[in-house]
Amino acid sequence: MIPGDVTVAPWSRRATWGLRALGIGAAVALAATIWLGLWVTPPDQVQHNLVRLVYVHPPIAWVALYLAFGIAAVSSVLWLWPRTRSRFWDRLAVSAVEVGTVFTALTLVTGSIWGRPTWGLWWTWDARLTSTALLLVLLLGYLAVRRVPGDPDARARRSAVVALVAAVDVPIVHFSVDWWHTLHQGATVLNANLSPTIHGSMAWTLLLGFIAFTLLFAWMIAIRYRIEVLSEHLQDSELDVALHERWAEGAGPQPSPAGGALAVSGRRA
Amino acid sequence: MWRDSVLVAGKDLRIEIRSRVVLHQVVPVAVLVLVLFAFALGPDRSAMVQAAPGLFWVAVLFASVLAVQRSFGLEAPEGARDGLRLSGLDPAGVFLGKTAAVALQLVILEVVLTAGVVVLYGSHVRSYGSIVVAGLAGTFGLAAAGTLYGALAAGLRVRETLLPFLFLPVAAPVLLAGTRAWQSGLGISAGHAGDPWVRLLLVFAAVYLALGVVIFGPLQEAS
Repeated sequence: MIPGDVTVAPWSRRATWGLRALGIGAAVALAATIWLGLWVTPPDQVQHNLVRLVYVHPPIAWVALYLAFGIAAVSSVLWLWPRTRSRFWDRLAVSAVEVGTVFTALTLVTGSIWGRPTWGLWWTWDARLTSTALLLVLLLGYLAVRRVPGDPDARARRSAVVALVAAVDVPIVHFSVDWWHTLHQGATVLNANLSPTIHGSMAWTLLLGFIAFTLLFAWMIAIRYRIEVLSEHLQDSELDVALHERWAEGAGPQPSPAGGALAVSGRRA
Repeated sequence: MWRDSVLVAGKDLRIEIRSRVVLHQVVPVAVLVLVLFAFALGPDRSAMVQAAPGLFWVAVLFASVLAVQRSFGLEAPEGARDGLRLSGLDPAGVFLGKTAAVALQLVILEVVLTAGVVVLYGSHVRSYGSIVVAGLAGTFGLAAAGTLYGALAAGLRVRETLLPFLFLPVAAPVLLAGTRAWQSGLGISAGHAGDPWVRLLLVFAAVYLALGVVIFGPLQEAS
């Protein structure tokens, strides 16, 4: 609970309900994907049951590499652009990066799990793996910058620049790593599977997987955004509490009107 | 902008000439890295020749972190950073000036390192043109990206640890492309295999120089 009678939650009832609906939608879509992926769709001729990872791995990668990074880059630019500058973009950027980091890590983990039985290796210096791993480090760098304490405005500016500089690097990394590996890299497992002859139910399940993980991502971003708003409120109110405590000390035995009560409740919180 | 950049570069280089920190500390560290790599690889000459281009660029990459830290360390004491910001110099000029100073120091370092690679590892230079072009393009790319991150980390208490963490992954394409270009220049890979990599280095340098010119103003306000 936030000390004092601060009405946190700049969230309207409608927004709360929207968030809930989004969460339920994501859960239903994920459950349906799992059900279709594990029980309804047939095993693949070549990969047998391993093919079921196709309903998880590409959708996660899509969310991580395109949605999260795209949102982070665009909202960072919009924050840096003086006309569109608002805290909204900064909060959205940090939410996208943080959730995106989880999804990028998951991309590597699910890819690794898939790679072990099919390629016989947990890790290979394949172009996509390498560039995804570098991307993960870039995202972690953003989060490290984010954790540096300081004035929120300077922090927002720093993080926006980091996001932008990293975003510019992504295509360069992609091309360099691609060239680096053109000598060794044949068609990936993924391409073989996504050939036009994909089974009908598999195609639908894959599509549902994409929708499910996109919904999950949207829901997580919204939650993370709310956490950011709440933590900003908390920091502001902590400052208020500290100020009131100092004032109360200065005032001596006389109880200061609102500040004293706030300070007491603040200390308990 | 150009006049300001010459001023800033002149200032940084004059400090370097008088203090010789990069020349007396960073260059020896880079050479030491080459020696340490040789210890790690063992006395096998052919392995060293094979690995030389990569080791050269790794040494340059580490040295560039030090050079950038030094470049912004100059301005840490006595509010020199605020002084620079209040001086009315064009931020783009400040960026280009600092980048040029770092790049020039790195070029000197690379000349020493190249001699080191030839002497210590026994590499033979097949095409001077290609290694010089690749070296210059890579150096300007590293200096530009490094200066951006240096300005970002300057003034933060965690700058020494934050800078390499942010800068090295972004500089990874330079390591990759520089190594490939040098492999061709030192005659390890055949023919003109290095040419696309030199182009990539040029693109990297151009992109980060342009980005720095645009973004350095807002960045200075943040630090």
